[in-house]
Amino acid sequence: MDTPTGGLVRSHCVGATAVVYASDYLNKLTGEKIERECRRQLSCGCRALVIDFSETKLVNSIGISILLGIIDVAEKCGARIVFSDVNNQTVELFEMLGLTRHVVLAKDEREALLNLSRYETTPVVH
Amino acid sequence: MEPSTQKLIHTFGALADLGQEIAGTGDFSEMVRTSMHLLLGTLALRRGAVMECVEAGPLRCAAIWGLGDHFLSGVEIDATQKTAFLKGETADFLVKNTDTSTGFMNQHRDQLVREGIELVLPMIVRGEVTGLILLGGKASGEEFSRDDFDTIRAMVRHIGVGIHTHRLLEQIAQRAEENRRLYDDLRAIYRDTVRAFAAAIDIKDKYTQGHSERVGKYSEIIAREMGWSEEEVEGIQIAGYLHDIGKLIVDRDIINAPYNIDAKNSSELNRHPSAGYEILAPIRHPYADIPLMAKHHHERLDGRGYPDGLTDEQIPMGAKIVSLADSFDAMTTDRPYRRRRSFEDVVRDLRENSGKQFDSKVVAAFARAILKEVTGETKDRRITKLLGKGYLEGEHVATLLQDLITDLDSTQKARSAS
Repeated sequence: MDTPTGGLVRSHCVGATAVVYASDYLNKLTGEKIERECRRQLSCGCRALVIDFSETKLVNSIGISILLGIIDVAEKCGARIVFSDVNNQTVELFEMLGLTRHVVLAKDEREALLNLSRYETTPVVH
Repeated sequence: MEPSTQKLIHTFGALADLGQEIAGTGDFSEMVRTSMHLLLGTLALRRGAVMECVEAGPLRCAAIWGLGDHFLSGVEIDATQKTAFLKGETADFLVKNTDTSTGFMNQHRDQLVREGIELVLPMIVRGEVTGLILLGGKASGEEFSRDDFDTIRAMVRHIGVGIHTHRLLEQIAQRAEENRRLYDDLRAIYRDTVRAFAAAIDIKDKYTQGHSERVGKYSEIIAREMGWSEEEVEGIQIAGYLHDIGKLIVDRDIINAPYNIDAKNSSELNRHPSAGYEILAPIRHPYADIPLMAKHHHERLDGRGYPDGLTDEQIPMGAKIVSLADSFDAMTTDRPYRRRRSFEDVVRDLRENSGKQFDSKVVAAFARAILKEVTGETKDRRITKLLGKGYLEGEHVATLLQDLITDLDSTQKARSAS
């Protein structure tokens, strides 16, 4: 079941993978909510993150910075991260800025989960 | 879209957001944090920090991202290092450049490299280094290009000015707050001085001790009931305290005469409003018209008052209030030649003299204020306390006041209609 957190961010877990949904415009306000949700999921033992951009039309500079922060936190936790359903314009932006060097892009959530299933994602028990 | 066009749009968007953020009036810490995110996000830099120079002491971390909480904790920047930053060229700000003339970089290179910092730029405002912005490498792994440097330097300049402006505004707000406190202190000192004066005036008249203080308080109550502003209410209270200051020049024997004084002495005593005006006029009071209220507090609406024989509209409203407060206190306190009058008698006097000696609106306002205390509509018991226990007791008191208010209101309405 989807869990709305902080009013805007929806998320749900598939095994040890958390799927977090980004909103239509990824800016400071929404970016920070996604970041908090990702941190929460990682601290709850998730070993992989899928950030679903299916509703996202635009990502601004702050959004980029916050996404890099999430990548950083995930890397430090040894968690894998996949961005799914990213529109063409945003893919170009991510490629131009080098984010794609650090994350895998998937066509949709199903492909993202399939990609992650190839790796060991046993939840960490706290 | 061409990558270069996409990059331009992304950078312009960031610059527009940065301008908006810096021009905003929001929280300072949030402004710096957001500005840093905008800078990092423009070039996809993975970490960064904004450090402020403090007059004496280590750099103060204003915002940090992707670095440990204790990053550069306790590190200071000395005058020589600041000068080197002022003179430095772009190449001097690269951490990996071991030929840099920037002493700060040479001193802290190991830690900066360990933390992944690649660039240290000074924030310069009006020829002074106000802080440093430290940036990690690009997520793309590419080297910084010339365009990147131009973008970074433009944004760092913006952030520097933003921080400087916010700090200036903080200082201005702090000064304004200090000034406000000083002003409040001055007003308090002024009020205390005025009360001391009032006590000095009353000491001269052994039968009316506390009179000026009571007139001040009654005047304040009436003005508040009439809807005056807080500032005006404070002013009328002061006028009440000082209304008899002219008595300081009247012979003590005349003031304290235990019987009705003769015409000569009466004329001497009647000089006190004008004398009060002369004493008060040269003083720069924080409230308006205090000297005039003292001068005209013995004027009457029918023109039979003194010193100028003014009539209704010519008498300042403040003087009308002080006049009623003064007479009310005279009627409700013992005098050398008579006991105080009953409340019923006082109300009769107020009714008879409304429109002749007193302004009906002022009398009605005072009656309303007393009635509110009598009926318990207000918890304030100041009038009751000033009049002493028992004076306002009895069921007839509320009726007397209510009837007086009704009569005065209908007279007022009839006058307005005609």
